[in-house]
Amino acid sequence: MPESTPAFRQAESIHDARDMIQRRPTPAYGRAIAAVVWKDLAAELRSRELIGAMLVFALLVILIFNFALELDVRTRQTVTSGVLWVTFAFAGTLGLNRSMAIEKDRGCLDGLLLTPVDRSALYFGKTLGNLVFMLIVEAIVLPTYSALYNVNLFRPALLGVILLGSIGYAAVGTLLASMAVQARTRDVLLPILLFPVVLPVLVAAIKASNAILQGFEPSEIWPWLNLLIVYDVVFVAVAMMVFDYVVEE
Amino acid sequence: MEPMPRALKALTWLTTALFAVSLYMVLFYAPREAVMGDVQRVFYFHVSSGWVGALAFLVTAFAGGVYLARGERRWDRVALASVEIGIIFTFANIVSGSIWARPIWNTWWTWDPRLVTATVMELIYVAYLMLRQGIEDPDRRARFGAVYGILGFLSVPLTFLSIRIFRTIHPVVIGDNDPTAQGAFDMTPKMLQAFLFSLLTFTFLYFTLLWHRLRLQTLAERVEQLKMKVLSG
Repeated sequence: MPESTPAFRQAESIHDARDMIQRRPTPAYGRAIAAVVWKDLAAELRSRELIGAMLVFALLVILIFNFALELDVRTRQTVTSGVLWVTFAFAGTLGLNRSMAIEKDRGCLDGLLLTPVDRSALYFGKTLGNLVFMLIVEAIVLPTYSALYNVNLFRPALLGVILLGSIGYAAVGTLLASMAVQARTRDVLLPILLFPVVLPVLVAAIKASNAILQGFEPSEIWPWLNLLIVYDVVFVAVAMMVFDYVVEE
Repeated sequence: MEPMPRALKALTWLTTALFAVSLYMVLFYAPREAVMGDVQRVFYFHVSSGWVGALAFLVTAFAGGVYLARGERRWDRVALASVEIGIIFTFANIVSGSIWARPIWNTWWTWDPRLVTATVMELIYVAYLMLRQGIEDPDRRARFGAVYGILGFLSVPLTFLSIRIFRTIHPVVIGDNDPTAQGAFDMTPKMLQAFLFSLLTFTFLYFTLLWHRLRLQTLAERVEQLKMKVLSG
């Protein structure tokens, strides 16, 4: 019986182990993601260089918009969602560039790549980390904007749209930032690569936020929300599949 | 230097002949549109170059996928050549649209979703070229190009969807028209023939240019190798 030979059993157990690591999302996979997120958060908690920069930058963008658009009561109604999303997008680019540049410059990326986990776990870890940074910045910008311009932004639907938009932005942004930091022209490259590709997410998020803020009918909001969800799913799935080729040496 | 393959020569002449015929069909064979007049004739090449742009970017995404799966350099060459052709034709599409829009919409440009998405599509592939320029290692350049080509193509469906989702000023000649569109018309049989013929011609033009570009790239690589050989020896 060939099944009972030791070599066969060993091969089978190796196959099983590989299957467990590579295919199925196991607890180990979840732990690997959590470890990468935790590493990013711990590093940020000690250095506090990323969120601080993103936050100051975001507030400056809002200030500039205030002068550029003369945000009086009537204009505010229609441009709030645009101002918010441009602010998030710009601040997000800053954070993405920094978060990947740190990995590259100090050789951390090579260390991460040497760990025996699936590469997609690293991708999800970095994406979640970037998403958390974006959400923290948004959690501070939103109440500040509400207070400064006397607009109530705390509507559950709007917060949901902001979460969905940030997911899509972080998903594409993390992938493209890990490409941009490996290029010669990396500081200028990320926004050029990112903005045209992420535009469907941004447009859908802006239109949906605007519809919610202006109190439109749900039938006016749903097409944009659907588009947003579709692009979130597509971008996460594609980025997960191709991330391997981006970090490969 | 090896001579041009006979099939490529034949294809080039065939495309030239097709182009001459389609010029005749567009300018003389197709009737003059009753409302818009002669400027409507822009439509034939406008749609054809838009089609070639979309086709070229589809080929890039496809070649990128094959490159990632197999790792053969020639697929990367196809992807790059196709992007270059796609950029030119998308540009022709936008410019010819502008020329048509001036008398019909009374403006060169309007911030209509269809126009904006076409322009964003163009910018994605300009970014693609800039990305490639910034990377020296040829393997990495090919891999990143493939990834960005695939990701970028995901925004092109939006270009085509946009005409259905958004309310648009841009006419849909094939299928049902949006009531807000301006400058729509119904095609007579002769117009349809001229239109289909220019689509065919432009598709041939695409493949001819692609082949020439691939050949040029292979020759350039050979020159590079010879130069290295001379310099090192």
